[in-house]
Amino acid sequence: MNPASHTAQRLIELVGDRAQAEASVQTGRIELTRFANSFIHQNVGEDYVKVRLRVASEGRVAAVTGNHASEVALAQLVDDALTVAATQPVDPDWPGVAPSKDLSATDFSDPSTVSATPGQRAEVVSDFVGAGGDYLAAGYCDTDWLDDGFANSAGHRAASRGSRATIDGIHRTGESAGMGHQTSAALADLNGAAIGSLAADRARRGLGAFDLKPGGYEVVLGPEAVATTAFFLGFYGLNGKAHQEGQSFAELGATQFDDQITLTDDPQGEGALATGFDVEGTQKVHRNLINGGVTKMLVHDRRSAAKAGEKSTGHGWANSASFGPVATHLVVAPGSDSVDDLIAAVDRGVYVASFNYCRILDPKTQVVTGLTRNGTFMIENGEITGAVTNLRFTQSFLKAWESGNVLGVADDLRYADCEFGAGFVRAPSMHLASWNFTGGAGG
Amino acid sequence: MFDHASTAVEAALGTGAVYADARYLEARSEAIGVFNGSVQQLDRTESAGVGVRALVGSSWGFFGTHDLSSDGLRSAGRRAVEIARASAAVPGDPFELADIAVTEAEYETPHEEPLFDVPLSEKVDLLVAVTSVMQEVDEISLANASIGGWDTHKWFVSSQGHRIHQHLVETGAGFSATAVGEDETQVRSYPQSFGQYETGGFEVVRRWDFLANAPRIADEAAALLSAPQCPEGEMTLILEASQLALQIHESVGHAIELDRILGWEAAFAGTSHLELPRLGEHRYGSDLMNITADATLHGALGTFGFDDEGTPAQRVPIVDQGTWVGVLSGRDSAAVAGLSPGGMVRADGYARLPMVRMTNVGLLPGDSSLEEMVAETKRGVFMSTNRSWSIDDRRLNFQFGCEVGREIKNGVLGQMVKNPTYTGITPQFWGQLDMLAGQTEWVHWGTPNCGKGQPMQVAHTGHSASPGRFAEVRVGVTG
Repeated sequence: MNPASHTAQRLIELVGDRAQAEASVQTGRIELTRFANSFIHQNVGEDYVKVRLRVASEGRVAAVTGNHASEVALAQLVDDALTVAATQPVDPDWPGVAPSKDLSATDFSDPSTVSATPGQRAEVVSDFVGAGGDYLAAGYCDTDWLDDGFANSAGHRAASRGSRATIDGIHRTGESAGMGHQTSAALADLNGAAIGSLAADRARRGLGAFDLKPGGYEVVLGPEAVATTAFFLGFYGLNGKAHQEGQSFAELGATQFDDQITLTDDPQGEGALATGFDVEGTQKVHRNLINGGVTKMLVHDRRSAAKAGEKSTGHGWANSASFGPVATHLVVAPGSDSVDDLIAAVDRGVYVASFNYCRILDPKTQVVTGLTRNGTFMIENGEITGAVTNLRFTQSFLKAWESGNVLGVADDLRYADCEFGAGFVRAPSMHLASWNFTGGAGG
Repeated sequence: MFDHASTAVEAALGTGAVYADARYLEARSEAIGVFNGSVQQLDRTESAGVGVRALVGSSWGFFGTHDLSSDGLRSAGRRAVEIARASAAVPGDPFELADIAVTEAEYETPHEEPLFDVPLSEKVDLLVAVTSVMQEVDEISLANASIGGWDTHKWFVSSQGHRIHQHLVETGAGFSATAVGEDETQVRSYPQSFGQYETGGFEVVRRWDFLANAPRIADEAAALLSAPQCPEGEMTLILEASQLALQIHESVGHAIELDRILGWEAAFAGTSHLELPRLGEHRYGSDLMNITADATLHGALGTFGFDDEGTPAQRVPIVDQGTWVGVLSGRDSAAVAGLSPGGMVRADGYARLPMVRMTNVGLLPGDSSLEEMVAETKRGVFMSTNRSWSIDDRRLNFQFGCEVGREIKNGVLGQMVKNPTYTGITPQFWGQLDMLAGQTEWVHWGTPNCGKGQPMQVAHTGHSASPGRFAEVRVGVTG
């Protein structure tokens, strides 16, 4: 039993028969080495304990959190939770705690990443920086591991360990920038030199960029841009609570996307990062969210599942009562073409490596505005012919993937930064018939 | 309590740091969320820990720990030094921290009614009542209301001799009504889209009179479903004050952060269109544009006694009659740039590295009024309350969406319009500011959710603003 599991179990013992209770505990270390102007300027680490206890006394629910696991601190946390809950009105939608289920402890971690040193991260950074020569490098390399423990008053227990490592950065010339990203469960997998070379190559090719007239253009989106699209569709639409509230685009069983679009949430598959269960102790299960263009499934926590008459899919998180359950192991199914094949099929269009500062205007229509960043190029007659200055777009992500607009999906599936953090989405490049650029970043 | 921080600092010095500082924090927070009359969030958080920062040569290391034993604190100090030594593997140019006065001091946020002293039942009853009132409007499917706050004690110690204790109190609340149509959702919020947060106690919440405003907000959300779309084209734009506050935050506040200007945030938050050699010359906007970064404003969310480097809170001119004159800085960034440190370095909790953050970056009031602006506008749109925001990595090209618009024709506020958006380029947009409301309409708006840094940090910032008018702005951008 890891220390997190022990702490979770102790909390349940302290609550005793005074209430239904669930305890979720994470212990771990995150360390992040950040660089800019080609030197390490911020280099940080943290040992943490996160303790969350939710109790329900005759339907009166309260949650408390803390960052200490001493007997005194846990006892205080229990007292606080029971005191606060007693003052509350009955929650008519309280779904109860998860029933006991035999979940074997899972270990998704890489031992050498758990024991990674600041010096090892600095080596990856040095390789990334060195790959750009005189260009200015900026970005980060981090390692993160956690032990996750869960216990509830129904006798349910769960435990897992996970790790993650990422190198993410840009190279800058005086007038352009290019990005590179790699995420894995193991620090040893990271190739700072290769990712740095990709970023430097994009920066080099970005020199001499011109302003493109706004309008609708054929596009090839890199994995980062596709990952952002998938995350927005998942967060706002394939979310059980949003669907029940009428705020989601999702029509289960309807063909809402091109038949080349298949989107799953795959928390247990090969290469999956993080934990095997959610904050309510429910095992995370595979979800076929969109299959061949047909919207098939949503994700649920216990609250939204109860309302839908289904079982939780293990997608609860600390704020899912407010924001709803969220898919955080998304996989956009790859195609069979290479990225070069996608580009070769474009007569006149734009290649976009990544998006920046995307914000949704309406969750139901999925109209999003944002910008391109760190790699925007003109494609003419099947070849990249030059760089384009960053562009603003206002585009429905729903329409982006609708039938007929998806002209090809590449085979370059990998973890991609979706703008909201590393390790949430695996995505390939994608060729779309039209994307609505509404202005140039420079005016 | 200073001992926790001192132990970590001494350990860092003992293993080779030329400078070290540490903060011991005890923090409490409360968040209550009510959805359609039912409490769906009632979270209380308590945390305590130490964050220690060590400078070895010209390389920084930082480590945060919840382990408050002597061994744990000493280990954190040593780990900060170990991390700093690793930083030196990819070194930057040598620098020395800018000088500040060594201070022993106490500071407490002025407040009347601590949030944690107000009975939970009173807070819940208020939120339930507000959502119930909104649900009386048929079209309202989702009625949300929330109250939250933070109560933080910080003990700061540096190897130069600082010993500063601060007790910071921040409180806020807000509510929203969402009307769900067949193919759209429309939302109205009060007092603004993130709620209104200020330094102070529960008196902040009482001042905004939620119950009196709930029916209006619900009616407006419902009416938006059948309202016409915002017109498209270039026309006069009048921004309600909370939207103008976010405009300041995004297109001024972030752009004047010295770490961004120096390139230290290039990969994530971005850089800035501002160039240091043009400080004191660059034209940021019209003569009506006077911006200050003032961490001393009573009640504003970005107010404190000292920043997380021990620099006293201060009022710094940023834009003077349209000319850029100041930046947001800390001890290292100011030293690199050859400027005086502005006391704008703060961290999100004990376990995060202090970095340049906005204080209260606000637009000083003008001498007009909203009524006068409307009366003097032939054709335009009045937009209220932020719904979406996006700006490029140099803080130049922005596009904002608001919850509600009202057409203006021949000096008269006309019909409601939905999905209002506007877009522009920062210096041109601020150059088009031609009318600005006065002191009586000036409010210290709070932004409780400003994200920056890796690992991510969330800061609480303030932005004083009154309604403003901008000429010839592109509005009604659609997808």
